[in-house]
Amino acid sequence: MKLETQLTTTELLNLYQKMLLIREFEEKAAQMYTQGKISGFTHLYIGQEAVAVGAISAILDHDYVITAYREHGQALAKGCDPKEIMAELFGKATGVSGGRGGSMHLCDIEHRFMGGFAIVAGQLPLAVGLGLSITYKKENDVVLCLFGDGAVNEGAFHESLNLAKLWDLPVIFLCENNQYAMGTAVSRATSLTNIAQHACSYEIPSHRVNGMDVLAVRETVEHAVRYARAGHGPSLIEALTYRYRGHSMADPLKYRAAQEEEIWQERDPIPNLAQKLIEQNITTQQAMDQIQQEVTQILESAVAFAEESPEPPLDSLMTRIYEPFSNQNPAPPPKKSLLNPQ
Amino acid sequence: MPELTYRDALNEALREEMERDENVFILGEDVGFYQGSYKVSRGLLSEFGAERVKDTPIAEEVIIGSAIGAAMGGLRPVAELMTVNFSLLAMDQIINHAAKIHYMFNGQIKVPLVIRTPQGSGKQLGAQHSQQFETYFVHCPGLIVIAPATPADAKGLLKTAIRDDNPIVFLENQNLYGMKGEVPGHDFTLPIGKATVFKEGQDVTLIAYSNSLYIAQQAASELNKKGISAEIIDLRTLQPLDMETILASVEKTHRVVIVSEAWKTGNIAAEIAMRIQEAGFDLLDAPIQRVTAKDVPMPYNKHLEQAALPHAADVVDTVMAMA
Ligand SMILES: Cc1ncc(C[n+]2csc(CCOP(=O)(O)OP(=O)(O)O)c2C)c(N)n1
Ligand SMILES: [Mg+2]
Repeated sequence: MKLETQLTTTELLNLYQKMLLIREFEEKAAQMYTQGKISGFTHLYIGQEAVAVGAISAILDHDYVITAYREHGQALAKGCDPKEIMAELFGKATGVSGGRGGSMHLCDIEHRFMGGFAIVAGQLPLAVGLGLSITYKKENDVVLCLFGDGAVNEGAFHESLNLAKLWDLPVIFLCENNQYAMGTAVSRATSLTNIAQHACSYEIPSHRVNGMDVLAVRETVEHAVRYARAGHGPSLIEALTYRYRGHSMADPLKYRAAQEEEIWQERDPIPNLAQKLIEQNITTQQAMDQIQQEVTQILESAVAFAEESPEPPLDSLMTRIYEPFSNQNPAPPPKKSLLNPQ
Repeated sequence: MPELTYRDALNEALREEMERDENVFILGEDVGFYQGSYKVSRGLLSEFGAERVKDTPIAEEVIIGSAIGAAMGGLRPVAELMTVNFSLLAMDQIINHAAKIHYMFNGQIKVPLVIRTPQGSGKQLGAQHSQQFETYFVHCPGLIVIAPATPADAKGLLKTAIRDDNPIVFLENQNLYGMKGEVPGHDFTLPIGKATVFKEGQDVTLIAYSNSLYIAQQAASELNKKGISAEIIDLRTLQPLDMETILASVEKTHRVVIVSEAWKTGNIAAEIAMRIQEAGFDLLDAPIQRVTAKDVPMPYNKHLEQAALPHAADVVDTVMAMA
């Protein structure tokens, strides 16, 4: 199959590099978890790389991403520093969330990565609010909100889609249907298994896309982003994908058929893209090898950084629970008009 | 000083803050066209427009969640939950999101959010509409909980709350909306975390807040007839508690009765009593007492309902029984 794309070689290689970085970051994280360097719940993104990389390549730096707890890959795709992400997994003070969040709560406001949230579907109402802040201030950003297939059965999903459409907010709801919510297959939990079709209830346009194809994801999200920026409101995208590992590091994966796993292994987005790039002479094996070397190096220095970084000091425990109370500050001056800028 | 109802004092606070800062907006069920189910937002839709006075569907989780998200995006939302009873549908957003985001992300994100909601009982509204949930909210670090009892406090504290950068649960009382009182004019604010000595006295400290302030007040005037001088503290903020003001009063009276309309078990009275004991056990001449609602789902029948609620007579009896 020919790669149908307008992208330049550099852009294609960037997508490939990001996916490889995520894959190997996760493998490194698994290794560090096994060594006891990382604790808590750790959910790997292996298998789903094309979704985050494709989707996030379709938005701008200033656009928001908000997501769930399987978010290392999404943070990497949004441009967060692998060092700071690894340090966060290690619980170090230099982590993106200062060691307070851990694997499930990466946040990097500079990159508009608004957080990993660990209550299934909890981030969807927040995405609606971020979308509202954009239209309220008459800005032109969009919100990319990622969640799993399990979230679709929560009330928050339905409340959020309804309100986002009612107010025509620039939110792209991207469901990563990796076929399972922990051990529960979609068909055992969702009456309408075509998740994209849920959008009909809310008059929201929706698309179902092959989540193992980074270019297909990118194109679909680009479309939704244009739609949102034009003021037409939200979209729902269902990306069909698969997690190659267990739900978390604690899951021995006893509930899936080997045959099913094999089928999805054949769809692995990373070697498939590599093969096409080489076969179609878009790049050389040498260039691919160089990317591999770069990735290895990035991850080595990420682990070294995490290892060497200090723990958060114990006396920081009770700090920043609250912002200083407003009565401890002078009353803020009147804000100038945001609604009717001169 | 002009006299205003508690309702209109809140309305004035909203109006003034919306005039002052265009990032302030309100959202909730029936806050706009209907003017608020208790008419607190009366007139605001026509004054500020539908962009800033947003009617929502009956969907508490996304009302609060979207308000949090809007705060994360730099706005200053004031979300109204029609009554506190429905806050339970938004509890995940309040506890797991609003209260966590600032700390969990290491202070990177602020959540300047006010959740206004009335509680209260005594109006024969039945078990699902006659509750007070301050215990649930004060239990959670990361939230501020305010419960004003007077029109002036309602205005001053709501204005401060809107200017504050933390998530705040602002507990109004459905029984107080019609109450009148003097309210200072423009730009009157009151500090968060400061209780007030509502009435000075010598013999016993009655600690109260919201509607229970008036139970304490009535009890104090009856105690006065019996020659007992009660001091009344109005907490105003329930989280954080103003222990300084409380302990200063205990130092004077050496006796404490805490009055609350919430259920007895887990009532914040227990927390206050514990803190007094931790910081000032030697100040006490008698065990601390509490007068609360009974641990029962509220019945509809008027006599049963009144029997479930605390009254001034209970406070008087409790004080009289203290050594
Ligand atoms: C509200 C809530 N219920 C249950 C859980 C426990 N839990 C964590 S992840 C998960 C599965 C979610 O699956 P899905 O949304 O498909 O995301 P995936 O893990 O596949 O990425 C469950 C049940 C939770 N975190 N939050
Ligand atoms: Mg899933």
